[in-house]
Amino acid sequence: MINLDSKVPEGNLSEKWTNHKFNMKLVNPANKRKFDVIVVGTGLAGAGAAATLGELGYKVKAFTYHDSSRRAHSIAAQGGINAAKDYQNDGDSVYRLFYDTIKGGDFRSREANTHRLAEVSNNIIDQCVAQGVPFAREYGGTLANRSFGGAQVSRTFYARGETGQQLLLGAYSSLNRQIKLGSVEMYHRREMLDVVVVDGKAKGITVRNLITGEVESHSAQAVVIATGGYSNVFFLSTSAMMSNATAAWRAHKRGAAFANPCYTQIHPTCLPQHGEGQSKLVLMSESLRNDGRIWVPNIVGEKRDVNAIPEEDRDYYLERRYPSFGNLAPRDISSRSAKYACDEGKGVNGGRSVYLDFADAIKRIGEPAVREKYGNLFEMYENITAENPYKVPMQIYPAPHYTMGGLWVDYNLQSTIPGLFVGGEANFSDHGANRLGASALMQGLADGYFVLPYSIGNYFGSEKPEKVDVKGAEFKAAEDSVNASSNKLLSINGKQTVDDIHRKLGDLLIDKVGMSRDEKGLKEVITKISNLREEFWTDVKVVGKSEDINMNLERAGRVADFLELGELMAVDALDRDESCGAHFREEHQTDEGEAIRNDEEYAYVSAWEFEEPGKWKLHKENLEFESVKLATRSYK
Amino acid sequence: MKEQNINLTLKIWRQESAKAKGNFEEFKASVSPHSSILEMFDELNNNLEKEGKDPIVFESDCREGICGTCGLVINGHPHGEKKKTATCQMHMRSFKEGETIYIEPFRAKAFPVLRDLMVDREGLDIIQQAGGYTSFNTGSAPDANAILISKETASLALDAAECIGCGACVAACKNSSAMLFVSAKVSQFALLPQGQPERYERVQNMVIAHDESGFGSCTNTYACEAECPKGISISNIARMNRDYFVSNLKLQNV
Repeated sequence: MINLDSKVPEGNLSEKWTNHKFNMKLVNPANKRKFDVIVVGTGLAGAGAAATLGELGYKVKAFTYHDSSRRAHSIAAQGGINAAKDYQNDGDSVYRLFYDTIKGGDFRSREANTHRLAEVSNNIIDQCVAQGVPFAREYGGTLANRSFGGAQVSRTFYARGETGQQLLLGAYSSLNRQIKLGSVEMYHRREMLDVVVVDGKAKGITVRNLITGEVESHSAQAVVIATGGYSNVFFLSTSAMMSNATAAWRAHKRGAAFANPCYTQIHPTCLPQHGEGQSKLVLMSESLRNDGRIWVPNIVGEKRDVNAIPEEDRDYYLERRYPSFGNLAPRDISSRSAKYACDEGKGVNGGRSVYLDFADAIKRIGEPAVREKYGNLFEMYENITAENPYKVPMQIYPAPHYTMGGLWVDYNLQSTIPGLFVGGEANFSDHGANRLGASALMQGLADGYFVLPYSIGNYFGSEKPEKVDVKGAEFKAAEDSVNASSNKLLSINGKQTVDDIHRKLGDLLIDKVGMSRDEKGLKEVITKISNLREEFWTDVKVVGKSEDINMNLERAGRVADFLELGELMAVDALDRDESCGAHFREEHQTDEGEAIRNDEEYAYVSAWEFEEPGKWKLHKENLEFESVKLATRSYK
Repeated sequence: MKEQNINLTLKIWRQESAKAKGNFEEFKASVSPHSSILEMFDELNNNLEKEGKDPIVFESDCREGICGTCGLVINGHPHGEKKKTATCQMHMRSFKEGETIYIEPFRAKAFPVLRDLMVDREGLDIIQQAGGYTSFNTGSAPDANAILISKETASLALDAAECIGCGACVAACKNSSAMLFVSAKVSQFALLPQGQPERYERVQNMVIAHDESGFGSCTNTYACEAECPKGISISNIARMNRDYFVSNLKLQNV
């Protein structure tokens, strides 16, 4: 039975976190070493949590499927990290960062969580600087900032186009220090395939050793899942090749509610698809929209060379429709606008891409200044496309990038399974229906460094969970289930490869559960995904054996989960009969094509309880707004 | 972006385990010039799986040249001949119609082959654990702007910090030295004020861990710098050597 108690503390919004920290139970330093914590995933949230829990004195076991904890996909974030430092003296504040985030999420996130995120944002920057993260600086030696979509202040801290890398290496360095000190035991090349629940509480995990194929059990008094998002459900996305939903999904099947699965972000500035052999889409940092102007030819069937198209024949559609935010309109609006332009046939050469043009920026501040700001992004673009963006406008198109949905968590980041905590992109909590740029790094580190270490301590202090031996029946049952699943996959011996079926799933989802959705399409796609899942379990071909290195088997397990999750995304999108943020229902828009929310009926979090594949029960957490007034999001 | 596929002969290293003897296996590929070399591998593996054959084991993840997971030796060059790019950023347009390409794993004593093109690079993590950090606990940091760092220093530190930990420097070096890798981390902290308290202890510990992990000595051939996908400069090794020398004097209380 699922109980969605958000456990939001009493008091004024700005005092909730402070009060809560005071009211939380503490664990005496000498007793901390009696508590074991498992952390799955070593990206910003996971590495941050593992390192900090280790510093506090808990015994931590950290797991990654990579060969090194430094390789998590947090590393690929380019643009930056937000914080409410107001170093630019441009009117920023904790409240403004909170408000921008909740407005950017189209009023579908929990006020208290989002406010806490803004509150701890400043500590994150201090923390990272102390770790030696080489953020960009002004000549006087102070930290530099840039602007990002959805905000009118300059609050984004950055390290060239490699901010995620530098922040992750910072967290990795703190984690390494704890490994050396012996408080964190690091397990590489292990994939979590089940969570073990004993008497209703999370007590451990089942993992597969990706080198030997051995299935191992690990026990602890609390488990943290920080395994990222599920954009790879679309097959083509900006996520890393191995990014997947399996850890979160297996927890869901053991009783953790999955929240808002239909909130998936399609990022506006990615490289267009090059052809059928494509395995992954590449993101260009959204910071490019600070100086690049987005446009399409005004004329369908435009044949002239791009630089020969005169101003009057260009449509700078974001600047035209959203004069105050212009090219910095939020991601969902920018992406959908690009889709519509291409649907109208105005895409570059009639295809699916739009221009991102730096000619004016180069005229205004000069090529060296543009190079200073975006040099490595321009190089990357030229390397991939063999076109020089200093001379010819870039071509971009939206791509699946981030998932706001995830495992449901309360204010303590605890899922509906006591003792199972979820951090970073894997949870649903802070971004509502749309995430603003430079907020993912902020959330990952907030959860890892400043929230989970407190709330897990509170769980230990108040619940005093017992240790459970890995020889127990529940661990054995989980191992058996993992082995049975591997054996089943290896025995089907059908005709289609894992990738063949994954591509089919991706095509279905991007078409019907992508940038825009409608009732008819969603109903159709639910049946099609269900059929495809059937096809997978009867016709997939997985080679090799399970007691061995077997990447084919690894992918098969992940795709099996995507086939269930993909259906839930469509089910959720169908239930949410309104448009909000990244979830755009064709039926609910103004004459100008703007989203229409329905606060009366849909100001809730959808939390889905798993019953069997293809069958879920919906629970609703009503969102209560004490501080902000629900407004129509306008970026005009 | 439709252009004709290019046809290639691939000689790919297959090896069952660290102890097994490996050999080159030949494959034919017809691939879009816009595909990356790893997308070509994806297609090749998809075909092998369809035929019920074991796919070629290779590692990759972000496919954007930043995670450091991928690493193939292509025609004798770690990450291929093109400068300052990782394997995943190599596009098929850089090959000619009919060309034969040799693809091997990173080879070094400290990087045993696990299967085919996949190697074990754990030694790199052990070096980082020996001292690649500043010792302070979460929550104890002063305000970020309390530490002023010149733009130039921050930029130099970032030049070093950009290392992606792929191990190409090791594969490029005739001695299998990881000194470029070690020096990048040592330099990042040696340049920044935050790294000063542990500066000399750090260089000692990291160099010792390097030597104990089976990596060889640096003899200044510069092969590492030439193959580094991030263009990490050899001057970092000079900076590290200077610090190492000073740290030895400090240890002897000179």
